Amino acid sequence: MTVHALFFYLFAALALLGAVGVVALRQPIQGAVSLLLTLLSVAALFLLRGAEFLAAAQIVIYAGGILAIFLFAIMFVAYREEEKRRRWHPQWPAAVVLGLGLAATLLAFLLRPALGVPAGLGAAQAAAGGNTEALAEVLFRTYLVPFEVISLFLIVAMVGGILMASWGVKR
Amino acid sequence: MITATHYLVLSACLFGIGAVGVMVRKNLITLLLSIELMLNAVNLNLIAFSHQWGDMLGQVFAIFVMAVAAGEAAIGLGIITAIYRNRGTVEADQVRGMEG
Repeated sequence: MTVHALFFYLFAALALLGAVGVVALRQPIQGAVSLLLTLLSVAALFLLRGAEFLAAAQIVIYAGGILAIFLFAIMFVAYREEEKRRRWHPQWPAAVVLGLGLAATLLAFLLRPALGVPAGLGAAQAAAGGNTEALAEVLFRTYLVPFEVISLFLIVAMVGGILMASWGVKR
Repeated sequence: MITATHYLVLSACLFGIGAVGVMVRKNLITLLLSIELMLNAVNLNLIAFSHQWGDMLGQVFAIFVMAVAAGEAAIGLGIITAIYRNRGTVEADQVRGMEG
C-alpha cells in the first residue's frame, strides 16, 4: 500500500467518523466539534489531490470562520430542553431509507468504470508556476465577474445576518 | 492506487450522512451543520474531478461553494438566533408559524 493510499484511507475514515458524529451526537456543540474533525480531514484530502490553496482556504474559512460563527450561535442559544426531549424526528425510519437510497444511487453511478485515465493537474499547474498561480489565472481572467458577484453576495449576506440576528430586540 | 472513484465514493457517503442528518434531527443548528457537511461532500467531488481531468475549473467552483456556505451560515444562524429570541426554542417541529 502506498503512502498516498494510507493517508487517503486514514483521512477518509476520520471524515466519515466526524460526519456520523454530527448526525448522532446529542448536543450541537459536540456536533460542531465533530464537524471540525470532518473539515480538517477533508482539507487533508484536498492536499492529497493537489489543491493546496483550497486546503488552506478550507482550514481558514470553514474551520476558522464558519465554525466560529456556529460556536457563537450555540453560545447564544441555550440547550436545556433538548436533553429531556427526544432528539430524533418521528420521520427518522423514512429518512434513513431515503438517505441510504440516495447514497446507493450515487454509488451505483460512480462505480461504473467510465472515468478513464486521470489527466492529472501536474502539467496545467506547472505551466502557471504552482497551484495558487494556476487558480488565480482561471479565477481572475475567465471568472472575474462571478468572483465580483460572490463578493457582493457576501456583503449582502453579512448585512442580512446582522439584520436577522437583531430582529425583535427591544430597544 | 487511489483513483477519483475513491474520492467520489467517500463524497457520496458524506452527502448521504448529511442528508440523513437534515431529515432526522430536530435541532435547527444541527440541521445547518448537516448542510455544511453536504456542501463539503460537493467540494470533495469538485476537487476529485478537477484532478481527474486536469482542469482548474473544479477548484474555482469549490471556492464559490465555500463563499455560499459562509453566507448561508451567517444568515441561517442569524435567523436561528432571532427564532430563539422570539419563540424560545430552536426545535424544528416547535416552530410552526407557516403551517396552514
